[in-house]
Amino acid sequence: MTVVGTICVVLLSITGVLCIVRIVRGPTMLDRTVAADVFVAASAGAIGIEAAVERHSTTLSILVVLALVGFLSSVSIARFAAPDTDRRSYDDEPTDPDESTDTTQRRDAP
Amino acid sequence: MIDVLAGTLLVSGSLMATIAAIGIVRFPDVLSRMHAATKPQTVGLLLILAGLALRLRDLSDITIIVLIAVFQLLTAPVSAHMVGRAAFRTGFARRDRLTVCEFDADGEWDTEDDGGPGSPTR
Repeated sequence: MTVVGTICVVLLSITGVLCIVRIVRGPTMLDRTVAADVFVAASAGAIGIEAAVERHSTTLSILVVLALVGFLSSVSIARFAAPDTDRRSYDDEPTDPDESTDTTQRRDAP
Repeated sequence: MIDVLAGTLLVSGSLMATIAAIGIVRFPDVLSRMHAATKPQTVGLLLILAGLALRLRDLSDITIIVLIAVFQLLTAPVSAHMVGRAAFRTGFARRDRLTVCEFDADGEWDTEDDGGPGSPTR
């Protein structure tokens, strides 16, 4: 079981480093959100693997909390990125300056 | 024997997370990165939880593990839906990479099919 734990630690460390690379490089806010979600999932997996290797159940409540709360960050960032206005168009700019709450850059737009 | 099975499940769950991280770094836009990101959120965590359940083998612990799996399966699609909708509405999702897009440029349902780029029959 120690060998399994070592392999899992190596794999999840690679996962964390690659997620941080994507969080740093972006290029958009939603890319960073997706990478942060994967990082949270990898952290939950690491906690579960530690509990499996050491064979204790004290950290299971942390997993419950992560499964319940982990999605709130991406939901709130998504609501911030796309406010629910009447402007449902894809390309054009908001004509009303009061509605110009979208301050994000469109680097990926073709 | 059960421990061997549990170890296999744990390693395969970690492997799912690693594959997803490679996909997140290498895929070109938000929607394809989301496709890679769903692997550790559902499949990877479920494999790890199955390995954990095989390792603990206690009824109360397995109840909590089933609860974790249910919560994860309930919340992951919600966040994925919100991020995907935000990506599409703000223009972060690249339209030229979509195979099927049933919205026209105004964000409405494309009722008249002109067969052009983004057409449903394309």
